[in-house]
Amino acid sequence: MPADQGVAVPTGLRRGKDRGTRALTPVPYRVVSRRRETDDVTTLSLAPVAGVAMAFRPGQFNMLTAFGVGEAAISISSAPSSSGPLEHTVRDVGTVTHSLCAARVGDLVGVRGPFGTDWGLAEVDDQVDTLHTLGGTTHAHLRGDVVVVAGGIGLAPLRGAVYELLARRSHDGGGVVVCVGARDPSQIVFRDDLEEWTRAGAEVSVTVDVSAPGWTGHVGLVTSVLGDAHFDPSRTTALVCGPEIMMRFTARALTDRGMDPGRIRVSLERNMQCGVAWCGHCQLGPFLLCRDGPVLPYAGIVAHLLTEPER
Amino acid sequence: MTKELAQLVAGHPLLAGLPGDAVATVAGCARNMAFSPGALLLAEGDPADTLYLVRRGRVAIEVHSPGRGQIVIETVGPGAVVGWSWLVPPYRWHFDARAIDPVGAIAVDGACLRQKAEADPALGYALMKRVAAILLERLQMTRVRVLDLYGDDGAR
Ligand SMILES: Cc1cc2nc3c(=O)[nH]c(=O)nc-3n(C[C@H](O)[C@H](O)[C@H](O)COP(=O)(O)OP(=O)(O)OC[C@H]3O[C@@H](n4cnc5c(N)ncnc54)[C@H](O)[C@@H]3O)c2cc1C
Ligand code: FES
Repeated sequence: MPADQGVAVPTGLRRGKDRGTRALTPVPYRVVSRRRETDDVTTLSLAPVAGVAMAFRPGQFNMLTAFGVGEAAISISSAPSSSGPLEHTVRDVGTVTHSLCAARVGDLVGVRGPFGTDWGLAEVDDQVDTLHTLGGTTHAHLRGDVVVVAGGIGLAPLRGAVYELLARRSHDGGGVVVCVGARDPSQIVFRDDLEEWTRAGAEVSVTVDVSAPGWTGHVGLVTSVLGDAHFDPSRTTALVCGPEIMMRFTARALTDRGMDPGRIRVSLERNMQCGVAWCGHCQLGPFLLCRDGPVLPYAGIVAHLLTEPER
Repeated sequence: MTKELAQLVAGHPLLAGLPGDAVATVAGCARNMAFSPGALLLAEGDPADTLYLVRRGRVAIEVHSPGRGQIVIETVGPGAVVGWSWLVPPYRWHFDARAIDPVGAIAVDGACLRQKAEADPALGYALMKRVAAILLERLQMTRVRVLDLYGDDGAR
């Protein structure tokens, strides 16, 4: 299939903007604050130089321009319902991300987007299970559980989703389980948020692959804390983001616990350039991930593609 | 052996679903134990004589390194099994296992279990299949951790 012909959009995961020249022009945003998450991860808070900040859905990404250096795809890490500035959390791995991490308060950053599919939270909320029906009348509904599994900086695109889920579920029921894996304790991002989510009722587990002096938390692969998490696999949706090997192992652990693969969502990344389904750089099998992804259900071809090397 | 102990043994994931007589045989080698936070379940270099079936609390598998102190290699929780070296000669522990929380565990005498497995190969094989499944899972997790998933090459 030609790269730009597209495929059926997976149920519930709404596609990003269609191609259009406006989406190709970076809009200037100003860095209003910056927060160091770890030694190589920085969260930038951005406000538009003119007009209002963009509307977006959790899981979507922007192309951020470090002027004079280049562009990189970066997920939006704030929540759409937040009244604060737009946040992006960047790990310094190369030329563009290094410049972005070095941006100071007052500097300008170009923003194009939002692009791509989101975590489909609207559909998660539609998955309401009927508890019992008596005399033809439905008496109670309970939302299913949501399990969020993140590895490393993969928590960035999930951060906004967790805030949205906790806000909606505080009165509607359904558990929110958050399992976070990091290489070592110094690499754990969003520590304050993790505490806030626990206070708000989420079951939060953090594990590291390699311990350090003073660390009293869990040591082991993220799938090991997932095994102890409390959720009902028959009525759970899982949102997973991290290195692809970690997502594969997590998806297998979830299906082993009885979850339907179609209710496991993964965020797939390939190198992006245009972000608007023109250039074909982000093609993975039948998908252009800037448009059909990054969030896709871990079912059928996606499970297979998760093992595909980048071309 | 009390009926209660047999029930606890039967309820542990390692043995769940085994026929009643097999559970009774294992329970015949078992006793119930409690450890305070910080207490050692087993210590590196000591004779390996016990299989612990963790019922509650978390246990840290540790190793001591000169200059770095105790390094936690892995944390396990309720439903886990701690201690494998009783299975094979020279029956000596390779790591420490320390209670992080108040830990409740069923301690199964390794020599007693080996003897019963030798005498009843069907039981021995059933146990070994379960033990092998857990060891395989641990090996796979260790292999993935060795990959340094979140490091520079793993990106995100
Ligand atoms: C949809 C999407 C969302 C993303 N969200 C975030 C985010 O929230 N925060 C964040 O820090 N990063 C995110 N990334 C990854 C980010 O886009 C890359 O790290 C960035 O493009 C690297 O550019 P660079 O110029 O700094 O590095 P380069 O100099 O181009 O490359 C440096 C190293 O990074 C590797 N690399 C380049 N692109 C990627 C990629 N897409 N994925 C993995 N490794 C890559 C290269 O192979 C190389 O080893 C996202 C990527 C995608 C596709
Ligand atoms: S087609 Fe997806 S980045 Fe260009």
